[in-house]
Amino acid sequence: MLLLTCPHCHVTAEETEFAPGGQAHLKRPQPEAGDDAFESYMFTRPNPMGVHLERWRHAYGCGKWLIAARCTVTLEVFGTYPAQTAAPPAEIVKKIKKKRPEWEAPA
Amino acid sequence: MKRYSVFAIVREALRQHRGWEPAWASPEPRDRYDVVIVGAGGHGLATAYYLGKNFGITNVAVLDKGWLGGGNTGRNTTIIRSNYLQDPSAAIYEKSRALYETLSQELNMNIMFSPRGVMMLAQTEHEKRGYLRTERANALQGVETRFIPPEEVKKLVPIINIDGPRYPVLGALWQARAGTARHDAVAWGYARACSAMGMHVIQNCAVTGVEAVGGKVTGVQTTRGAIGCNRLGLVVAGHSGHLANMAGFRLPIESVALQALVSEPIKPCMDVVVMANTVHGYMSQSDKGEMVIGGGADGYNNYTQRGSWHHIEETVRALCETFPVISRLKMLRHWGGIVDMTGDRSPIISRTPLEGCFINAGWGTGGFKSIPGSGWAMAELMARGESSLAAGFGLERFREGRFVDESVAAGVAH
Repeated sequence: MLLLTCPHCHVTAEETEFAPGGQAHLKRPQPEAGDDAFESYMFTRPNPMGVHLERWRHAYGCGKWLIAARCTVTLEVFGTYPAQTAAPPAEIVKKIKKKRPEWEAPA
Repeated sequence: MKRYSVFAIVREALRQHRGWEPAWASPEPRDRYDVVIVGAGGHGLATAYYLGKNFGITNVAVLDKGWLGGGNTGRNTTIIRSNYLQDPSAAIYEKSRALYETLSQELNMNIMFSPRGVMMLAQTEHEKRGYLRTERANALQGVETRFIPPEEVKKLVPIINIDGPRYPVLGALWQARAGTARHDAVAWGYARACSAMGMHVIQNCAVTGVEAVGGKVTGVQTTRGAIGCNRLGLVVAGHSGHLANMAGFRLPIESVALQALVSEPIKPCMDVVVMANTVHGYMSQSDKGEMVIGGGADGYNNYTQRGSWHHIEETVRALCETFPVISRLKMLRHWGGIVDMTGDRSPIISRTPLEGCFINAGWGTGGFKSIPGSGWAMAELMARGESSLAAGFGLERFREGRFVDESVAAGVAH
């Protein structure tokens, strides 16, 4: 079972207290961007075997959204940060890179 | 290939079983094949088998990174049914169910297909209305299903509690010709038949790269050297995204863990398959007497082939209420498999942006039941370039908004 720390209320709890919300940092294209851009935004996913930045909601806690950096192969959680963040913060990137030097933050 | 028969058993019994031969050959890979299929699970092997049987293409290699049928083919709960809502799904799953009926004879391998009947319980008014709709859709599609009242559910499954306080049984969608089969035997049977046609089934051979020249596939790099091919089929379930990355395209797929567990064996007490989608649990009794229980999928991306305790608890808690008789059973084994989920919960059987490369993926939680139909359609697509069974399941449907929306149709489990 995953243990996640909520960056809002600082509670560390089991995954049952959180609700998963899919890949994070998806950027909605402009209305005129075209079908390809919208297909990519709505459906196409890198689905990495490795570090995944994903949204969770502290559903049975403070109710706020957060983003977790988690490895999909080892289930290691590198850290969490508030969902109101456009890109992973430098300290999280540093933590991930320390263990996975080849990892690149998604554009 | 020596045929399996009652005479073979007698013959071998008389000579201390020294005459059995390996069911399939384990050859060294050649440099080049007409067709390379990546993934020797049920779907990959069925694709190869129907390429040979229906189209006479036998210069085929089926590669697997591990052992044959060691992925989801050996990890599912063996349910076979075809009571889907949408026309393209009903067509391919019904084709599949029909092929299963005679598969033992066709492959000369007892796959133990048991058409014991599958019932999907309606435990909310919403679900009841949904199944009534599916019943009518199935009637139009030529799939034989019937919505049955609670009394008939109780008659078919005496151990069920139809008056559950939280989720009473309001009826069920009953497909009498659905059932179960021995999952390993399906992979073994197809592998044996492929091998007998001269195809190469190559185990412990992981694909590490896809070779292409000018947008056309030319072969694959593997842990056992480079293998050239004219056409490439990717049939790797949970690892489809990974393989697609090698081939240079992305898929509308995310991989999650789905889990199942079995109890200690008990005397026969339930001779149908029961699925309770509202409470996320389904159960059948295996020939060994174990209660085979399937649960829900994780909500997050996962490649670990492990389950999690809270899902076991959730599933078993729900089933204990529906089947009070199992409340003191001990659970023996528990496992997880990686399933590839698409946005509309329907599969992808399609050409890809890379010419000569085809993909069969996205079966999500419904892979086992579809093995023969999926192989049939994929073989037709690879041999002829088009297939009526696969037509609704192209990759382009996401871009065009033509979903085969089974996530709404089936509620939860597939």
